[in-house]
Amino acid sequence: MVKKITTPLTEETVAGLHAGDSVLITGTIYTGRDLAHKELVDAIEAGKDLPFDPHGAIIYYVGPSPAPPGKPIGSAGPTTSYRMDSFAPLLMEKGLKGMIGKGNRTQPVLDAMKKYRAVYFAAVGGAAALIAKSIKDARVIAYEDLGPEAVRELKVEDFPAIVVNDMYGEDLYEKGMAEYRRE
Amino acid sequence: MREIAFDTVKDAVAKLCMDANYDIGDDIIAALKHGLEIEESETGKDILKQILKNNEIAHDERVPSCQDTGFAVVWVEIGSGVTIAGGELNDAISQGVAKGYTDGYLRKSIVEDPLRRKNTGDNTPPIIYIDIVPGDQLKITVQPKGGGAENMSEVKMLTPAAGAEGFKDFVVDRVRRSKANPCPPVIVGAAIGGTFEKCAMNAKKAQLRKVGSVHPDPFYADMEKELLERINKLGIGPQGLGGRVTALAVFIEAFPCHIATMPTAVNMCCHASRHKTVVL
Repeated sequence: MVKKITTPLTEETVAGLHAGDSVLITGTIYTGRDLAHKELVDAIEAGKDLPFDPHGAIIYYVGPSPAPPGKPIGSAGPTTSYRMDSFAPLLMEKGLKGMIGKGNRTQPVLDAMKKYRAVYFAAVGGAAALIAKSIKDARVIAYEDLGPEAVRELKVEDFPAIVVNDMYGEDLYEKGMAEYRRE
Repeated sequence: MREIAFDTVKDAVAKLCMDANYDIGDDIIAALKHGLEIEESETGKDILKQILKNNEIAHDERVPSCQDTGFAVVWVEIGSGVTIAGGELNDAISQGVAKGYTDGYLRKSIVEDPLRRKNTGDNTPPIIYIDIVPGDQLKITVQPKGGGAENMSEVKMLTPAAGAEGFKDFVVDRVRRSKANPCPPVIVGAAIGGTFEKCAMNAKKAQLRKVGSVHPDPFYADMEKELLERINKLGIGPQGLGGRVTALAVFIEAFPCHIATMPTAVNMCCHASRHKTVVL
């Protein structure tokens, strides 16, 4: 069954998500990858405001390709998440509730998801042209000089993702791999 | 000497950059369809369907199949009877990459210094490998290489005593440790022999083979088959969420080596294994 969820994510929405759930996300999400995460964390540490309200927010780890004429965004699939792991716990502490990316997270991030009640979604890596269809609008809101790494506000409708890590500590990567391992 | 115009090379490279990013090869499509038949996990099947659908959209709308349009790796075989008229071959390739990535709305993913990390703005420089061969033709292959799978790659200097088992275990273990990160189902480029750097290069070059092709040396053909079976028993599956189809192919490239050494390398590539070739 596919669950439809909307942003910002509430405590209740997060509590209802479990590893293995397929979801369609509608609302506003924010992009950020390697350099943007460094900027965001530097801003928090310097006591400055973030370019978006982190409470209940979802960050999508993506550096889209440029928008061709007539389209709001270029291809926009997830990038590998672990590179953001050293920054993610602080963002969750500030209210971040969701992260969309691909690939395994490290233990401090898994621990932070339980502590701050947040969830990690996987989008299909390399399905970038398909995913772009669910992005209706995109605008750069910070760090424009970073090019593909700038922070964008995306309006999404039925953005497809899968819950990998829920706030209860379940991990679909571990579960799925164990189920099909035949070594 | 046969002359090929600078702009002919530049325009050809620009087109290859775009075509490679928009059109996933028929061999990969066929392998994904086969994967869909043998995959046991429902999530895995859904993912393979999404990838196939994605590749259709990319082809039909001429948009990049993946937003990571890669580092432009360019393999060149230039006939000894060829000269480039109006400029240098390296410049023609580099300008072709800049043109292709700009005109084709491809992502600019290259920073000019690994520590200071300022984007070069046009996806240059490319990585260019040139071989001089007999004849009067110029063969150019553009292989855009994404970063996610590249990060899961490794060179390991094994000792000759490690033998075939050591090599095979290293390849399987490299895939096992990569888990979901390189966007499985992956294409595994595995190289053995040569020197430290030659081995790494051969692991990348191995990925230029057609999926479904058989290694000309039966010894390595059997090894490729065995490795693919072992890897597809790991359970990683499409996108690492569990399943049968972890790899679409394993390609081995072997090269002579020193009596004291046995270099091995694995270069991982995601399911979007992209490369296009032109002969001028």
